[in-house]
Amino acid sequence: MAETHSLQDLRQQAAIASKVFVQRDYTSGTICKFQTKFPSELETRIDKQQFEETVQTLNNLYAEAEKLGGKSYLEGCLACLTAYTIFLCMETHYEKVLKKIAKYIQEQNEKVFAPLGLLLTDPIERGLRVVEITIYEDRSIGSR
Amino acid sequence: MKNCEYQQIDPQALPTPTPTPTPTPTPPSQPCPEKTKKQQRKWEIFPGKNRFYCDGRIIIARQSGVFPLTLGIILITSGLFFIFDCPFLVKHLTSGIPVIGGVLVVFVVISLLQTSFTDPGILPRATPEEAADIEKQIDNPGSSSSSSSYRPPPRTKEIVINQQVVKLKYCFTCKIFRPPRTSHCSLCDNCVERFDHHCPWVGNCVGKRNYRFFYCFIVSLSFLTAFIFGCVTTHLALRSQSGTGLVDALQDSPASAIELVVCFFSVWSILGLSGFHTYLVASNLTTNEDIKGSWSGKSGSEDTGNPYSHNSIFKNCCVVLCGPMPPSLIDRRGYVPEDSLPNATVEIQLPAAKNDVNVVGKVPSQGL
Repeated sequence: MAETHSLQDLRQQAAIASKVFVQRDYTSGTICKFQTKFPSELETRIDKQQFEETVQTLNNLYAEAEKLGGKSYLEGCLACLTAYTIFLCMETHYEKVLKKIAKYIQEQNEKVFAPLGLLLTDPIERGLRVVEITIYEDRSIGSR
Repeated sequence: MKNCEYQQIDPQALPTPTPTPTPTPTPPSQPCPEKTKKQQRKWEIFPGKNRFYCDGRIIIARQSGVFPLTLGIILITSGLFFIFDCPFLVKHLTSGIPVIGGVLVVFVVISLLQTSFTDPGILPRATPEEAADIEKQIDNPGSSSSSSSYRPPPRTKEIVINQQVVKLKYCFTCKIFRPPRTSHCSLCDNCVERFDHHCPWVGNCVGKRNYRFFYCFIVSLSFLTAFIFGCVTTHLALRSQSGTGLVDALQDSPASAIELVVCFFSVWSILGLSGFHTYLVASNLTTNEDIKGSWSGKSGSEDTGNPYSHNSIFKNCCVVLCGPMPPSLIDRRGYVPEDSLPNATVEIQLPAAKNDVNVVGKVPSQGL
């Protein structure tokens, strides 16, 4: 059996060794942005560039969700004119991008993180405060 | 008790014996055997002081304050207006009056209900692992600064936003460093993003997600109050002109007197409030910041200014009122993870080891 894990293996066999939390970066204001600083606990597990690329992509996606442009203003004005009742039936732009983000995280977990024994949690599950990375014990490497 | 919960999760997928079950750190309201079919929604175990209706769709502060009174006064005064003043005014002036009044009342009531029943931007509390991680980070750099007697570290973090130094404070209840512009409401016991104030008239906090509803409410209410006041005054003037005098006019239409009194006393305060909030919107400030004078430049230097302002009244208004609507972070109608079922989207369930962590990667359902 290879040392890499699939999501199935993680579910059945792995134990959680520790968790790493990537905090928010508030230097640009209140927009949703995460720090790209590479946590030391991940040094043995994942390539720094890969990690930074993932976080940067997430930051870009959140920036797209919160972008102030013609489209978001139009949505806002339309909502105001309908006394905001339109939010009850329509999915907002932000929610659409959140779905995109969830899909991206799932892909990254399957292709990149799970084989390395890591798991990325969607920040929306943590109130957009942190990106939680769960590190699993690498049992298979020692025993095989 | 733990075995029951595992059976609920997925009996087939756990061939290896699970580690010794330890008591979970989640709140104790996790009944087991009777609820094998019924799963708990997150609002049922929500730690803040809020009340939920319609299975989590509607959220309101536990102390609803005078919200019923607000709604009552608006509906009763408008009702009296339509019943007693409109017929006279339609006959003597124009039939557009009840139409305008109707539109205004609808706007006022809808925006009031949305302000009251929408999640203002509550930040969910930190999970135990997050809290432990933050404690670790505070203790490491802070230990050098403590003196010989044990003193807890100051629990503030300083960051620079737009060349302004902003202090982030640690919230002991929610166990997080509050993001900028976030404040903890003691009445609701929640940290609220872009906290403006807790409004007893509306029975909820006013924060990032419902500020635009609140602004819409007070502006439309000022128009409505002014409109009713104007119409009632016109009504009484016309009636007294047609021969009988003011006192007789009031006796003919006593409801108008009530409306006059209510509107007279409310129009000043509501107009004042609308004006104040228009100023706040134009400068991208919150009531909280304005009252505390966070950016008023106490030292008199030009260094302190609002770092969040876009330096253009028009842009500030657009951003605050027409910006993208952020989602609710508390996922009220989501299911508590221990009981979640497998579904088509990402569902990664872990055997609960030391920490009770279950990662469920589904997008929270659309909430108000």
